[in-house]
Amino acid sequence: MDSEKHVLTMLVDNEPGVLSRVVGLFGGRGYNIESLCVAETVDPLISRITITTKANAPLCEQIEKQLRKLVNVIKVRDLSGNNAVKREMALICVRAKSADRAEIQRIVDIFRCKVVDVGPEFYIVEVTGDEDKINALINLLKPLGIKKIARTGMIALFREPR
Amino acid sequence: MELNGAQILMKTLQEEGVDTIFGFPGGAVIDIYHALVRTPIRHVLARHEQGAVHAADGYARASGKVGVCLVTSGPGATNTVTGIATAFADSIPLVVITGQVPTHLIGNDAFQEVDIVGITRPCTKHNYLVKNTEDLARCVKEAFFIARTGRPGPVLIDIPKNVASRIVAYQPPAKVRLRAYRPTYSPNPKQVQKAADLILAAQRPVIFAGGGVVLSGAAAELIELARANRIPVTASLMGLGAFPGTDPLWMGMIGMHGTFTANMSVAGCDLLIAVGVRFDDRVTGKTEAFAAQAHIVHIDIDPTSIRKNIPVEVPVVGDCRLTLKMLNEVLHAKGSNGGPSRDPWLGQIADWKCQRPLTYIKNHEIKPQYVVEKLYELTAGKALITTEVGQNQMWAAQFYAFDQPNQFISSGGLGTMGFGLPAAIGAQIACPDRLVVDVAGDGSIQMNIQELATAVENRLPIKVVILNNGYLGMVRQWQELFYDKCYACTGITHSPDFARLAEAYGAVGLRAERVEDVEPVLRQGLFSDRTVIMDFAVCREEGVYPMVPAGAPITEMLLV
Repeated sequence: MDSEKHVLTMLVDNEPGVLSRVVGLFGGRGYNIESLCVAETVDPLISRITITTKANAPLCEQIEKQLRKLVNVIKVRDLSGNNAVKREMALICVRAKSADRAEIQRIVDIFRCKVVDVGPEFYIVEVTGDEDKINALINLLKPLGIKKIARTGMIALFREPR
Repeated sequence: MELNGAQILMKTLQEEGVDTIFGFPGGAVIDIYHALVRTPIRHVLARHEQGAVHAADGYARASGKVGVCLVTSGPGATNTVTGIATAFADSIPLVVITGQVPTHLIGNDAFQEVDIVGITRPCTKHNYLVKNTEDLARCVKEAFFIARTGRPGPVLIDIPKNVASRIVAYQPPAKVRLRAYRPTYSPNPKQVQKAADLILAAQRPVIFAGGGVVLSGAAAELIELARANRIPVTASLMGLGAFPGTDPLWMGMIGMHGTFTANMSVAGCDLLIAVGVRFDDRVTGKTEAFAAQAHIVHIDIDPTSIRKNIPVEVPVVGDCRLTLKMLNEVLHAKGSNGGPSRDPWLGQIADWKCQRPLTYIKNHEIKPQYVVEKLYELTAGKALITTEVGQNQMWAAQFYAFDQPNQFISSGGLGTMGFGLPAAIGAQIACPDRLVVDVAGDGSIQMNIQELATAVENRLPIKVVILNNGYLGMVRQWQELFYDKCYACTGITHSPDFARLAEAYGAVGLRAERVEDVEPVLRQGLFSDRTVIMDFAVCREEGVYPMVPAGAPITEMLLV
């Protein structure tokens, strides 16, 4: 069976050690983590963890069940598919020689992202979007020289029924 | 009421019904021990923390209660890890209390500091580092609740020294409420209905019982299911005793060292009713060939056990006892009688039993199987048997027929050598009136032999039967069969004189070197009221058969 990308989002108790229980489960059982995002929710006692992983269907079922078994994991949902909003943010530090600045600005406009820091040699570009959009932007900026990059990893929310 | 943390701990332990603790003191738990000796709780001093956890484990398995263990920080805590992992693998309810350095020193590489919560995260059901004395009672209550409910398991509570010594105004904790922890006990009736229909339609059904039947107290329901519907029964190592070993429907253990009948029946059945099992690789062999012709019904309280290793058609998540009870009611209402259509299947099973029973070749030497057979005979099948791990464990499982659940106490999942002696200590304390026998090998007995002192000190009349072959026998057997008889480092060329060692500890030591000595030594040892070691010089290169090579289908057995 083919491995597919899954976006697992879970609500967990906002306590020390909970993240390491979740991450330890993945490490100990040989599951893969492609990206990981954690932050408090509107309830300060609860955090949301979003993990993207590659797994075939039975393995993903097993991962979800193993996660639910953790005493601090309140709810687990697989947000793969179109029924969820998925976003990622990246900060990209790109070389901005004066000859290239107009080109960078054009790309930034097309991608509806923004330049958030301007230096004599470099720009920092902030972009938000799904994974494909961010990858596309990175590919366009690469020839100009990307010095460093920080990506948040994916976060996702299930769309409420209309 | 003003109490310090240690007093709150004692109060809460007593509220949880704890009357026995296995432990070993140290600097970080002095306050707790100071409070402990002022309670009626019995403390059993082990000689090594690993022994303390295994003893608590044996106590839990024999009594059905939560076993409790108390040790100090640092090395005291790390010494418990093997015992905790053993209990975790076999789903045994334990609460392990470790001392910790004071909170202001945590993370400071303090003396005897170790991050035991971090170390045991993957081998506990849950664990706690208690940072405030105010949280202690709640954490202890939650720990017991988590340990004994759902699929049971060990829970560790790490208590810093200042949390134990600080005095606070004691507030009784509220009832345990865990937002995310709700094990499913009642099965989905639709799934039970489906299982019942499959049973009624089956011509060649087999029941496969595991440790879950023992843990949930479902033996009576299992017996009813099997007898009322005339279904033959096999079990995993952990399920031994869940169904009477003397019942005509019993086929013996399944798996790598299972009986010919059990392994063939699972390969040939058209319905496998798996109850409280997790389809371990030692049971299934090659998974693609396992029960390949059968519909599989899988009953277990832990959803992660289902479809982990084996695809199943009818999963039933629920407590084994409640599920079997419901299943029996449904079958009864549908008027199942196991009718004549089962006759050919039961006939086939009787033929297999007759053609290929468990057996061994007798000669002038002491055969280990003979010792276990005699042990069975002389104890009338009534002894509580613990085992070490390896050949001794398999011979005990094969040649002693267990009629009751909790009668066979063995490290099944983790396979921990050194488990049997301390487990026998715990079991004897849980069941003071029963005969408790540890079936051991000369290798594994030496892994926790220091606990003989614990047994003698507490006047525990446990019996240790050492099947002494001068080898780490199970590995030697693999080397013989699959590694060109290259016995790399498996010969035990020097061991103590176990009989004299026993005497040195204040126990009784006996030794048998000839076949005709076996029965007299057993008689003398078993009927003594003291701790006894019986050392049997057995045939050195005897193997455990049947044997399925690792990864082969379980029908590919090497036989005697």
